[in-house]
Amino acid sequence: MTVRLLFFAVLRDIAAADHRDLSLPDGTTAADVWQTLRSTYSKLADYVQPPLIAINESYATAEAVLRDGDELAFIPPVAGG
Amino acid sequence: MSYLTDVAIDARALIERVVRKSDGAYVLFEGIVRNHHEGHAVESIFYDAYRPMAEKEIEKILRDVEEIFPGIALAVTHRLGHLIVGDSSIAIVAASSHRAESFNACRMMIDRIKETVPIWKKERGPEGEEWVGWQGRC
Repeated sequence: MTVRLLFFAVLRDIAAADHRDLSLPDGTTAADVWQTLRSTYSKLADYVQPPLIAINESYATAEAVLRDGDELAFIPPVAGG
Repeated sequence: MSYLTDVAIDARALIERVVRKSDGAYVLFEGIVRNHHEGHAVESIFYDAYRPMAEKEIEKILRDVEEIFPGIALAVTHRLGHLIVGDSSIAIVAASSHRAESFNACRMMIDRIKETVPIWKKERGPEGEEWVGWQGRC
């Protein structure tokens, strides 16, 4: 399946991209994707727990199983206002 | 209708959009860029957002607050992009027959927006730049 991973704020800076299309095996969770990011980007290595997670523009849990076509985003600490 | 803007906020226009003849009070809250944060000088802020989700989250908050304060009229605009010290980053207007509901609803709106809406800010100053809230947290 293919999932679009969106990067915002600090994560966009770290990934040097605003999105990436990932080919993932069935059953992959948002938490699994976070662990892949930690191993890919050294600046994330210390962050064992993922930040908040959004799937298809709504907050979701780290254990949420991804589906083909999903849009996944990790939400760094928000600072609006 | 969008709750996000890339241009300067016109608070007066927001008030005119919201206030009805039946209202006896309105409260306007504006958040502005200050020149310091946790002991560091700040010259400007870059606001970023997950735009479609931010729109939805603000809409949810607005509907919740309308339910809690029946009869309240609300409007909110959050600015994104590059802002300098003194610029308004957000404006919220709450209007009601009596002042208490306007004060309380306006306070609830800004508190909840700061908690859940996917908007981020990168502060820039003479010592460099930093995404607020990221260091040591995740």
